Amino acid sequence: MIVFIDIVLLTLLVATAISLVRLRNLIATIMLAGIFSLLSACLFMTMDAVDVAFTEAAVGAGLTTVLMLGALVLIGREEKVPGKGSALPLVVVLITGFVLIYGTMDMPYFGSPDAPIHQHLVDRYVEKSGGPDGEVGPPNVVTSVLASYRGYDTMGEVAVIFTAAVSVMLLLGVGFATKREDAS
Amino acid sequence: MIYGLYNYWVVIVLMMAGFYCVIARANLIKKLIGLSIFQTSVFLLFISMGKKAGGTAPILIEGAEDVIYSNPLPHVLILTAIVVGVATTAVGLALVVRINEEFGTIEADEILEMEGEAKLKSWRDNVD
Repeated sequence: MIVFIDIVLLTLLVATAISLVRLRNLIATIMLAGIFSLLSACLFMTMDAVDVAFTEAAVGAGLTTVLMLGALVLIGREEKVPGKGSALPLVVVLITGFVLIYGTMDMPYFGSPDAPIHQHLVDRYVEKSGGPDGEVGPPNVVTSVLASYRGYDTMGEVAVIFTAAVSVMLLLGVGFATKREDAS
Repeated sequence: MIYGLYNYWVVIVLMMAGFYCVIARANLIKKLIGLSIFQTSVFLLFISMGKKAGGTAPILIEGAEDVIYSNPLPHVLILTAIVVGVATTAVGLALVVRINEEFGTIEADEILEMEGEAKLKSWRDNVD
């Protein structure tokens, strides 16, 4: 059953991505990007990544869509219909794709329990982090790792978001009393 | 088993769709959307690797023995990446809005043309 859901969701994702590339209307593209995020959130759910699923649904499907629509309000136009495009990008993409697929041939199969990624470290976190006499406490291992074992990393993430917020404000000139004069 | 690598192949197809969007489209908003598709497919790749067959979400069940938990480490990595991804998208969109204010267009080829004309003009002014 899980395999069936997995295949259906992946096929839907590919269909969404292809129509995204082909569409010219920017509003429709942004909506499709939201659907893309939501579908991938469902997929994260089937792959046991519950925390990632709700973050992707809230941030990827919600916040990003709102940001894009906000930018479109300020810009407000359709994508221009291009002249004859060159075939070079398609060739580059196809070659890269084939090289990457060749690279997956050595990868362990999906879900295989003896993949290298499951052999080191993980068991220690799962066994020692939670519970009343565990190192951190909460039953959710993801929370323990995020907030405690990798706390410095999360703090760095906060710095990144702060920097991004400051640069957006500087770029858009939010909060400056003097309004830029219109060129016209 | 054919299905064993299916996830990775679909992820690569999605990745290439995003990549094509970034390099082939002149519209800057379209480029940013392509970038976010690329990003999401990388997330899918990592989460696929963390999945264990018959596993459950890595939330400890008290008193239960022999539960298989999926690998929580890629989940943590991707949680951080999603939030950072939104921050970069926001900065990118702000840059696009500023470019639109400055040039009146968000098509990369038109902007390059204008830049070229401006450079030619300043060069001519210098020569004269």
